Amino acid sequence: MFSGLLSVLTAPELLHIPDGFLSTPVALVGWLLAIILIGVALYQTRGQLGEKQIPLMGVVAAFIFAAQAINVPIGGGTSGHLLGGALAAIILGPWAAVLVMTAVISVQALLFQDGGVLVLGWNIINMGILTAFTGFAIYNALKSILGNTRTAVLVAGGVGGWLSMMVGAAATAVEIALSGTSPLAIALPSMLSVHAVLGLIEAFITVGALAFISAARPDLLEIGAHAPARSSAGWVAGGLGIALVVAALSPLASPDPDGLERVAEDVGFLDTALEPAYNLLPDYTIPGIENGVVSGIIAVMLGTVIVFGLSYFVGRLLGRRVQV
Amino acid sequence: MLSFKEQYQRGSSYVHRLDPRIKLGCMLLFVLSVSLLPTAAWLSYGLLFVSTLFIAYHAGLGWGYALRRSFVALPFVLAAIFLPFTLPGQPLFSLGPFTASLEGTLRLASIVLKSWISVQIAILLAATTPFPDVIWALRALRVPATLVGIISFMYRYIAVLGDEASRLIRARSARAAHSDRRSGGSLLWRGRVAGGMVGNLGLRAFERSERIYAAMVARGFTGEIRTLAPPHIGASDRDALIGMITFLAAVLLLALFV
Repeated sequence: MFSGLLSVLTAPELLHIPDGFLSTPVALVGWLLAIILIGVALYQTRGQLGEKQIPLMGVVAAFIFAAQAINVPIGGGTSGHLLGGALAAIILGPWAAVLVMTAVISVQALLFQDGGVLVLGWNIINMGILTAFTGFAIYNALKSILGNTRTAVLVAGGVGGWLSMMVGAAATAVEIALSGTSPLAIALPSMLSVHAVLGLIEAFITVGALAFISAARPDLLEIGAHAPARSSAGWVAGGLGIALVVAALSPLASPDPDGLERVAEDVGFLDTALEPAYNLLPDYTIPGIENGVVSGIIAVMLGTVIVFGLSYFVGRLLGRRVQV
Repeated sequence: MLSFKEQYQRGSSYVHRLDPRIKLGCMLLFVLSVSLLPTAAWLSYGLLFVSTLFIAYHAGLGWGYALRRSFVALPFVLAAIFLPFTLPGQPLFSLGPFTASLEGTLRLASIVLKSWISVQIAILLAATTPFPDVIWALRALRVPATLVGIISFMYRYIAVLGDEASRLIRARSARAAHSDRRSGGSLLWRGRVAGGMVGNLGLRAFERSERIYAAMVARGFTGEIRTLAPPHIGASDRDALIGMITFLAAVLLLALFV
């Protein structure tokens, strides 16, 4: 029922959390995490792009922004569009994509009030950082397994685009649950099931875009003989890691109410939902509840670190460079 | 079609003339304060809401300006819509087999109101401050220069690439009888058509960025974006900041004790 209700909306809009839906501590943790990761991204891309950094990534950010206006009619008067984190990461590499998406999401929040200001840190993580790293790792893992052919690039890009939406949706659901806005038992299955369908739009557009680019400028995607040979074990491991994380989350999407309650109790979100986790003074919170929130925040941070660490580590092993 | 409507409303009011750094800082403090308010602090919500009306009026935008545009965040209410039924507490009403609690209903109402007030203050900032000034203010808030540079470049080229996207969409509409309705193939096919347009737009963006970069290097670009020296923060700017902080502190204190 909930999913049916949600499906009237288009996919990426649902990931733009407005102010008010996350509690203050959760929102501030998101900012902290985002600032650290953006700092690393700035350092990494300076090494790769140098003085080209600003003009290249500024124009690509404008491109992602404009590309989000290209709609795909789904039927029933609704349409979906690209989010673009995975596509940007496939073309530019994950760190440059992080900066591009940070610019896009910040402008959307500040200029168009699309997504909140205090929650901007999480919005950048969900839609920019997690999508970029998931898309990039899955794309490279599948490309290593399937071989460096045009078909492999399209399949890998499609799967990467779809999974990037799933990871972003799961993270959004966990943050909402941590803030006591919705129990995880409702937020996670509904977000995942909606994005399982709407993520297809992301996948199809990513495939279409890669098909066009591979035909017109194959050098950008390093397809075929002139691509440097590289070891594939790292990408397989990174891709498998992300697939495992998603697989571990999928039981949570089960419609079985017993399973849901059990999961909610295990994770401690029923406790969190009992009382508002946000309070003006930290002393106001009851110790048990505070622990629930803290452990939940740690879980999100760990999840983010895992997705991103796996892809980063294998990325370094291969020493991929942006070639534009 | 695409609408990159400028949010800025030209004006020369007191609010328009404030330093953008002060305005951005006030807006962030305001949103933070809204977020810190506990559930069901109706009096505080009311005061903050009235203050947005007051600012809109004094900016010469009219009372209802932010109000009319503040519904963008509304769809997200769906994410919290089940709170009355999932939060245990004093029963309020029943809907079939589900019972809504008073606590859950109050919480849902608080979240929606807080979100709505936050959106309004963000709208007021965008309406009274030209976006290049907002970008410049970001630099003053210690956002890294490179990121500010990327954002300002992006803002500069949104209209250019938006126009290119518009032309692609118009071309698709001209070739497909109903681009807005279900026609012309499966979802996969439609998705791939849109993907081809995105790829096309992306390649043009890359090649454009290379030309821009070459043109900038030819004019002496070394990787640094230079800006003019910041103007001094005047007495009225200080007054506005201190006034806002005092007001927000009072609102927060009220929520604690009333």
